Amino acid sequence: MSERVLFSGNHAIAEAAILSGCTAYFGYPITPQNALPEYMAANLRRRNNGVFIQAESELAAINMVIGASAAGARVMTSSSSPGISLKQEGISFLAGMELPAVIVNMNRGGPGLGNIAPAQSDYFQSTRGGGHGDYRVIVLAPGSVQELIDATRRAFELADRYRTPVLILGDGMIGQLMEPVVLPEPIDPAQIPERSYTLSGASGRPKRLIKSLILDTAKMEEHNWKLFRKYEMISAEIADAETEFVEGAKLLVVAFGTAARIAKGAVKRARAEGMDVGLIRPLTLWPFPKKALAKASRSCSNFCVFEMNTGQMVEDVRLSVQEGTNVVFSGRPGGVVPTPIELYRAIARIHHRVKKGAAV
Amino acid sequence: MSKVFSRPESLLDTPLHYCPGCGHSIIHRLIAEVIDELQIRERAILVPPAGCAVLAYNYLDVDAIEAAHGRASAVATGLKRLRPDCVVFTYQGDGDLAAIGIAESIHAANRSEKITVIYVNNAVYGMTGGQMAPTTMIGQKTTTTPFGRDVDQAGYPILICEMLSQLPGATYLERTSVHDAKHILRTRKAIKRAFEVQLAGQGFSLVEVLSPCPTNWHLTPAEAHRHVPEQMVKTFRLGVFREPGDGRVSC
Ligand SMILES: Cc1ncc(C[n+]2csc(CCOP(=O)(O)OP(=O)(O)O)c2C)c(N)n1
Ligand code: SF4
Repeated sequence: MSERVLFSGNHAIAEAAILSGCTAYFGYPITPQNALPEYMAANLRRRNNGVFIQAESELAAINMVIGASAAGARVMTSSSSPGISLKQEGISFLAGMELPAVIVNMNRGGPGLGNIAPAQSDYFQSTRGGGHGDYRVIVLAPGSVQELIDATRRAFELADRYRTPVLILGDGMIGQLMEPVVLPEPIDPAQIPERSYTLSGASGRPKRLIKSLILDTAKMEEHNWKLFRKYEMISAEIADAETEFVEGAKLLVVAFGTAARIAKGAVKRARAEGMDVGLIRPLTLWPFPKKALAKASRSCSNFCVFEMNTGQMVEDVRLSVQEGTNVVFSGRPGGVVPTPIELYRAIARIHHRVKKGAAV
Repeated sequence: MSKVFSRPESLLDTPLHYCPGCGHSIIHRLIAEVIDELQIRERAILVPPAGCAVLAYNYLDVDAIEAAHGRASAVATGLKRLRPDCVVFTYQGDGDLAAIGIAESIHAANRSEKITVIYVNNAVYGMTGGQMAPTTMIGQKTTTTPFGRDVDQAGYPILICEMLSQLPGATYLERTSVHDAKHILRTRKAIKRAFEVQLAGQGFSLVEVLSPCPTNWHLTPAEAHRHVPEQMVKTFRLGVFREPGDGRVSC
């Protein structure tokens, strides 16, 4: 399957999920991601003999996900910000019970009902666990329709490999963008190896139990350390960033997802005008690609973090770079999508100050 | 000498943690007996609640997955849809099913999910120490209705069987009690019927069991068992509310 086909972001995720052996989808409508469940409703059963349910709420949807995951299926749900807030209860349970699932958040403007415009304001919620308890969720941050497809395939694999929920963080812009893509090879759900903990009725084996209640404090602590070790392993194995023009750069822009697309345009323009500017684009937001940032900060001491929020990832960048690195924030919240020109001007201003040796 | 009474095979040989006189112990046993009788132990999946019965999986020898408070019907839905050959059942208290999880319960019934719900109504939150439940009766004292449940302040007890019987998808609904031998046998029959409805692929089945909570009713076990027929059944009428075929809609 190497011919290029035109897909919108939301449809692309759904198609990639079906091609990745997903046999269950549960969701509740919310703009701007409705095209995704609609695609699932039309295709999942017909093509993968899968289950689609429009649940009565996000709470119900994520708990159906839990049931389907325990039953051994590759399962997905999707939503946008307010809906993801409701799903946090279930995400915490998935993490605690070590069940895999793929969750898509097409981030919109918040807090509260906010608006339906693209935003990156759920960064904290996505990367800090989101629900209650000591846990993390793998967060992938694709920046194109092709990357949404690749991230979906990867999300199912990572979820199964680490027995953990995986979040794909997009936004209203990337979900509705149309681009030519190459689809992955289909995976037959029947070929996916059976999980050792799947519930199927205790026939010819001892009963199995999936739970998160651990009343014994010592055991609860051990469970938390076990999860911690798993998260350490994930951090070491999958933290990932794309870098461009980093060598010799005097100023590095850090951005993810849609903001990184805008940043690419701005950085290219700045370079065309002779400025020593580069770009670092985290592809995983948790684990955060600390090493890539630390390394870059050994040769470049000025960073500009560009996000569609009031400055959330900027904290992770500050925690990752060498001491003495200047980190400034640039961004706009509330669903406003800044233009490349806007960012270019900010870059030019900072670059000018850097060149003069002034503090940025 | 022939053996006339023994522990059901599906009930593990573990001491139960419930208070003396609590209905949960009796209901567990009945479920185990029915599972044995229908020979479904190797196909059964239990979804226990948050509530006193959260540890039900320690007693029943079947596959199980714990649900968040109230969400058992949604978890069971996911399981059953992916494992249609399994016998999926939830076990829920009145706080679990009729308060926080009422939306999940109504919608699972409305979709006629082929699951079985064992709904234990003791008119109180047991596990968290005796607070008001949606089923707490008018005038009943609990830790959060210290002067008795006042309708103006706290509304009316929720009648789940009556409410769900409005839904075409609710295939089998029965309310029973476990306060004496006769009613225990009736409850056993209802639980068996509920599983049979699922096995026949007929849709959603629910048995509401009135169950004593001596601890939080501040009664002795004997008094609590008398309280059910004397008081509870006035609010919660026993009987069959829905049989397969009742709810069929034609248009
Ligand atoms: C989200 C959430 N809220 C509150 C609780 C605390 N909680 C645990 S059990 C319970 C009520 C249980 O009452 P019921 O369902 O009637 O069962 P019983 O204990 O009486 O058998 C509550 C409120 C919880 N575990 N999760
Ligand atoms: S508190 Fe009530 S419901 Fe809970 S175990 Fe004791 S008697 Fe049973």
